[in-house]
Amino acid sequence: MNSLDLARWQFAITTVYHFLFVPITIGMGFYVAGLQTAWYRTGNLKYLRATKCFGKLFLINFAIGVVTGIVQEFQFGMNWSSYSRFVGDIFGAPLAMEGLLAFFLESTFLGLWIFGWDRLPKKLHLASIWAAATGTLLSAYFILAANSWMQHPVGYIINAQKGRAELTNIFTVLTQKTALATFFHTIPAAAFTGAAFLAGVSAWLVMKKKDIEMTRGTLKLGLIAMLISFVLVGFSGDLTARVMTDQQPMKMAAAEALYSTTESAPFSLFTIGTLDGSRSVFQIDLPSMLSFLSTGNFKGVVQGVNDLQAKYESQYGPGNYKPNIPLAYWSFRLMIGFGFLGAIFALLALWQMRKGGTPHGKWFLPSMLTLPFLPLLANSFGWIFTETARQPWAVFGLIKTSAGVSQVVSSGAVLFTLIAFTLLYGVLAVIEVGLIFKTIQVGPRPEVDYDVDSVGGSADRPLVMSY
Amino acid sequence: MSFQSVWFLLIAVLWVGYFILEGFDFGVGMLLPFVSRNAADRRAVLTTLGPVWDGNEVWLLVAGGATFAAFPEWYATLFSGFYLPLFLILVALIVRGVAFEYRSKHGDGTWRARWDLAIVIASFLPALLWGVAFANIVRGVPLEKAASGSIEYVGGFFNLLNPYALLGGVVTLTVFLTHGAHFLALKTAGEIRLRAHGLALRLGLIAAVAAVAFLLWSNLMLPSINTKFLVLSIATALFWVGGIAANFRGREGWAFLSSSIAIATFVSGLFFALYPRVMPSSRGAQFDLTIFNASSTNYTLKVMTIVAVVMTPIVLVYQGWTYWVFRKRVSASQIQFPEQGVLDTLHQ
Ligand code: HDD
Ligand code: HEM
Ligand code: HEM
Repeated sequence: MNSLDLARWQFAITTVYHFLFVPITIGMGFYVAGLQTAWYRTGNLKYLRATKCFGKLFLINFAIGVVTGIVQEFQFGMNWSSYSRFVGDIFGAPLAMEGLLAFFLESTFLGLWIFGWDRLPKKLHLASIWAAATGTLLSAYFILAANSWMQHPVGYIINAQKGRAELTNIFTVLTQKTALATFFHTIPAAAFTGAAFLAGVSAWLVMKKKDIEMTRGTLKLGLIAMLISFVLVGFSGDLTARVMTDQQPMKMAAAEALYSTTESAPFSLFTIGTLDGSRSVFQIDLPSMLSFLSTGNFKGVVQGVNDLQAKYESQYGPGNYKPNIPLAYWSFRLMIGFGFLGAIFALLALWQMRKGGTPHGKWFLPSMLTLPFLPLLANSFGWIFTETARQPWAVFGLIKTSAGVSQVVSSGAVLFTLIAFTLLYGVLAVIEVGLIFKTIQVGPRPEVDYDVDSVGGSADRPLVMSY
Repeated sequence: MSFQSVWFLLIAVLWVGYFILEGFDFGVGMLLPFVSRNAADRRAVLTTLGPVWDGNEVWLLVAGGATFAAFPEWYATLFSGFYLPLFLILVALIVRGVAFEYRSKHGDGTWRARWDLAIVIASFLPALLWGVAFANIVRGVPLEKAASGSIEYVGGFFNLLNPYALLGGVVTLTVFLTHGAHFLALKTAGEIRLRAHGLALRLGLIAAVAAVAFLLWSNLMLPSINTKFLVLSIATALFWVGGIAANFRGREGWAFLSSSIAIATFVSGLFFALYPRVMPSSRGAQFDLTIFNASSTNYTLKVMTIVAVVMTPIVLVYQGWTYWVFRKRVSASQIQFPEQGVLDTLHQ
């Protein structure tokens, strides 16, 4: 493998890994804030127990989210310096804004929340978790705007003399359709993920008969939030698909393995056999559905891979403009599929919970422990689809991935860091999962009410929280 | 002042902030085994950092992001050129962050001891390497024009390990150690406070020797006398000595303030020594990266200036407020169940 392939693997591994923690942080941040608000409003201690129990899980997850993010920030310069030179004028701005507007907010107020139980009045303490949760949204917004610019560059001109893209309008970059659609798809997806985490953990606690008063409630909350957010995910996914077909028709063609341009194109649910354009062995289609998905019209024309390839060759010069088609086809289906699976689970469980019941059945309750993993897989496949089906472009139509890699970094160096990061991330995963299980095993603890009336807390009493 | 100069200044401010704030984090991390005698001590020491370390680290992330946005050529050349040192720093920052957050999740002795060791090593590495990296930037590294037309780093890893740069590493290492000891003396009570006092004095003297040697060397290395750098170097020495004296007389707040100011004058002095270059080349001035040939367009710089001017004061206010909320000293006696972790069943 050359340094290009290695750098691509490194980016894929470190980013997909980062994004395992990101959606849990975003989703759980808001659920924990909500639970604490419920406690603040009602004074009912079951909400405090829930806040503390899920707060701990949230923090265990957040820690890895933070440290894996640091790598992301510097990776562009380390492995993709030619790319950074080309896009820095535009791409750097949202990244810097993310730091200034979001990361400071998240990290500072989360610090206040963790250590502030006995140092802040209730109201301010509650406000700090909301501030941190808001920070995660801002962070997502800016980074997604940066990524959307790579999918669909706007608000720029090319400076041929300097050989780079230059920003002409920041508002266009921050408010373009692609950025908005992606944000409204990714955030509900994060809400879905957080909810599945909440529900999965609660199911375990219900199974172990821990604090049923609380855990039944959080289970229900998680399941309902899953259903609501799934509807939003589907709705925005449909929107995203239209934006994408319009801007990157090759992506939709690849997602469907649709080789020639077709009117009233069917949506392929499932295929056995090859996806190379020859006839498949076995296939289930939904007639005209693809045309509807991508154009909003059952009779719409969907462009095929081969026609687009010919078009791009005449537009951008000779080359291969096809992404990895089987990967695109399957990752698209797996994203939707794992999402559906999670939603169906949630529906069944809620059905069993109506009229005060609890989910039951020899297999059903234990299998609910897989809940948190389904959206994680859906998220990963969503990103793998979005990013790999954009190939060969790093920025669509402007710079190819192969032209973005660092010239001065040897493949040996990239290989070394690739192996080191992967091993380190593997070890961290084992430790983190171990801690999560330990936390669940301990379960919610009895909590006592407390009140602090001034900033800084009262006398030198024992610390509630220490490292 | 041109937008390029404004951004040069802002990036200098970000690094100053980063080295003052994460500087004491690194120092406290390294001092952990030397100021503690038992589990409660260690927890008290780390609790002084608990609420603030992540916010401190964001100064680095913003410095990185701002460099990307304002001087993409600098960002690209620096981070691809200093590949392995930066990789080591990243690994250290990853391990350190996880170690802080996970060490007290349960009370098992081996678990704690391993994370504590990780904190020491992972604080040591960046404290040393940042100095090496900055000294190399000031000294100039082999940069040449590549076929693509961009200026690229052409030296290897070992090129970065020259005596001047290593001395720079020793300076940041010892300065952060002292600064961390000042912070601990200010933020803890009881035995830890006393130990931190004693250590600060000895470390401060070592750091003084290293820093004076380094600053002399740096001033002499420049082709002509750079008045601003010279003045800031002298100020650094004065504030540093002032810090040592304040610590000696038990004025903890003044000691910490002085070492903070000394770090600020030290870092900004180096930036003045560079200006208007951001990465001088040892292969000839025609290959220097400067604020002019490395910068973004005026439009981008203007947008970023507005964001920075609005946001930086707000960030300073709420970060400052955090320090106010946690202003009380931490003592080992406040740790209720030092041998237990947050997840241990006995812990309330
Ligand atoms: C949709 C959301 C999203 C996406 C696509 C990314 N991130 Fe992220 N990132 C977050 C959402 C997020 C977050 C929710 O804000 C995190 C996750 C967990 C956390 O602690 O904050 C975070 C943490 C985080 C941190 C640590 C912040 C701190 O110290 O508090 C950095 C430096 C980055 N990210 C940088 C990046 C970069 C350069 C990305 C692009 C390749 C990226 N992230 C993708
Ligand atoms: C939102 C911020 C993101 C930005 C700015 C971004 C940017 C990039 C860049 C620069 C590359 C390297 C060039 C390339 O190989 O195409 C890349 C590739 C990739 N990214 Fe992203 N990405 C982002 C988010 C993500 C996330 C969150 C994931 C997954 C969870 C992801 C998955 C991938 C994958 C799998 C590749 C490899 C594609 C390939 O090389 O075939 N990306 N992306
Ligand atoms: C329910 C039907 C769904 C549809 C129609 C759908 C549609 C899409 C489309 C078209 C994209 C590509 C956007 C682009 O490349 O420009 C995408 C990306 C993505 N999807 Fe989905 N999706 C669905 C479900 C899900 C679920 C359940 C999840 C996760 C819980 C999810 C998470 C993601 C993520 C993280 C991305 C990458 C970010 C982005 O580009 O928006 N999706 N989705």
